[in-house]
Amino acid sequence: MARLYDIRVMTVLGSLLCLILGLAFPWSKTPIIVGLCFGIATLGVAAMVRAGQVSFGHAMYACIAGYTVAFLARAWPQLDGLLLILAGVGASLLAGAIVGVFVVRYRGIFFGMLNLAISMVLFSVIGKFYTLTGGTDGLRINRPTLLGFEFERAGFETVLLIGTLAAAIGLGFLVQRYFQSASGEALAGIKTNETRLEYLGLSARRVLWNGYFFSAGLVGLSGALFAMVQGLVTPDMGSWLRSGEFVFIAILGGSGHAIGAFLGAAVFELVKLFAAAYMTGVWQLLLGVTLIFVILVAPEGIIGLLMKKSALATRRGG
Amino acid sequence: MGVLIRTERLSLNFGGVIAADNIDFSLEEGERLAVIGQNGAGKTTFINICTGFLKPTGGRVWFDGKDVTGMEPRHIVRLGLGRSFQLPQLFLDHTVRQCLEISAAARSGKLSFLLPLARSVDAREIDHTLELVGLRDRSHELASSLPEGQRKLLDVAMALMLNPKLLIMDEPTSGVASEDKHDLMATLMRALDERKVTSWFVEHDVDIVSRYATRVAAWIAGKVAADGPPAEVLASEAVRREILGTA
Ligand SMILES: Nc1ncnc2c1ncn2[C@@H]1O[C@H](COP(=O)(O)OP(=O)(O)OP(=O)(O)O)[C@@H](O)[C@H]1O
Ligand SMILES: [Mg+2]
Repeated sequence: MARLYDIRVMTVLGSLLCLILGLAFPWSKTPIIVGLCFGIATLGVAAMVRAGQVSFGHAMYACIAGYTVAFLARAWPQLDGLLLILAGVGASLLAGAIVGVFVVRYRGIFFGMLNLAISMVLFSVIGKFYTLTGGTDGLRINRPTLLGFEFERAGFETVLLIGTLAAAIGLGFLVQRYFQSASGEALAGIKTNETRLEYLGLSARRVLWNGYFFSAGLVGLSGALFAMVQGLVTPDMGSWLRSGEFVFIAILGGSGHAIGAFLGAAVFELVKLFAAAYMTGVWQLLLGVTLIFVILVAPEGIIGLLMKKSALATRRGG
Repeated sequence: MGVLIRTERLSLNFGGVIAADNIDFSLEEGERLAVIGQNGAGKTTFINICTGFLKPTGGRVWFDGKDVTGMEPRHIVRLGLGRSFQLPQLFLDHTVRQCLEISAAARSGKLSFLLPLARSVDAREIDHTLELVGLRDRSHELASSLPEGQRKLLDVAMALMLNPKLLIMDEPTSGVASEDKHDLMATLMRALDERKVTSWFVEHDVDIVSRYATRVAAWIAGKVAADGPPAEVLASEAVRREILGTA
């Protein structure tokens, strides 16, 4: 049980840290929410990694959800923030369901590149239809009500911080349950043996589609929250660079346990903040070195390293 | 006792190689068929066509009364066919126990999303099957850590977990230490009889064939050259000359 205990402790400590930092230093609320958003998106990308598939286009679902929020908020300014978020997630799930039907036929490099290609089409469509989408400048979103209450900027961010944190914990728990369920283990079976899945009477495509559908919704939620906290959506939300960052975080944090997504996101955000403050212009260098370090020292990511350590400790009776 | 699987003029060529040459074949419920034949005779190819892995260039296959020609393997599996492989097909990143749990969960056709895998299956059934193939003490090790012989057993166990009507095993004892082969076959056959599973296994060892099969079919160059009671087939001229090399 040592492992579970550690993860509970990590979750509690991490959550407290987010809240205390956020309340003590108001400027940190936005980076913390953004970090949590990255973690939620990475949960989805990590599900694909468990199936042995790496998507370089998943950020498109953040983009789809973000623009859905923006369009709706501009058309009906009275709509509540929670409704906007739900609509954003709904749109990304719908898109994921449709795109999923095509992409689950492919594996490996083809899966990765097909996702990339679709996200690039979306990216350029948004850039082209300037009158509707604001082109590369994006769209502003006025601060909506939350659960019927109007908030000042500070209060809005605090509520968003608490809400995002709650969503991150709840979804982390649900996604971990999914990973360990029959569906989730079959998903991991896609990585090692699709022939056996087929000869168990299962459709590997169907199993992968389920995972893809959830992953689109998770990335979508992150995009909707991101749009709310920034008050702005731009095509960059769906760029291949952003997709690459999700993959980066998934590998950094590891996909052995759902919490890996958040550990990865935390390290990613910290490195970015640190570099922005002390080593302007070289944050890519710092991130690159971090990733090389992780791949060499902990190929299963941060969580893989921790789980191995705690398994060793358990075996030694510690 | 009805016909469980039947083929009619089943054929397939790979380029110039005729791997299945107009095969008419049938297997009755309750039989234990051993298939013998030299390397490259087409034993695995015939299994691959019958289970939907390869599409035949001609002919038809019926399983349990249904025409399954050209159907995907998973649909044929759902009708009650289990298969183990010459090269074991395992979930190498999963533990031995999880491999069987996934099989057991797949049997119902509906995989749960939130219930932990171990709790969505009957633990006693998993224990029983692990015991049967002698993998109980390795149940928490990764499938990838097993030696070849035990991989084969796990592969068979995964197919058995589906409670099939027909179990096809492609060389279940290859890679298993020779002193363990008889024990293994005896246990397997007992389990199959208990569950009333019809079986068909490919086997090179004549001792095992004559001991455990109720019927033998000999494959030569994509054709069934001899088919009947073990003693008769193993004594036939063509089999002794072409397969056993004792004539
Ligand atoms: N996918 C394939 N593509 C091309 N040729 C193939 C393919 N599969 C099998 N063959 C050929 O078909 C013939 C029959 O092969 P098969 O594997 O069915 O033989 P087998 O009786 O199972 O032999 P073994 O005892 O070695 O397992 C061989 O000549 C083989 O080279
Ligand atoms: Mg073969």
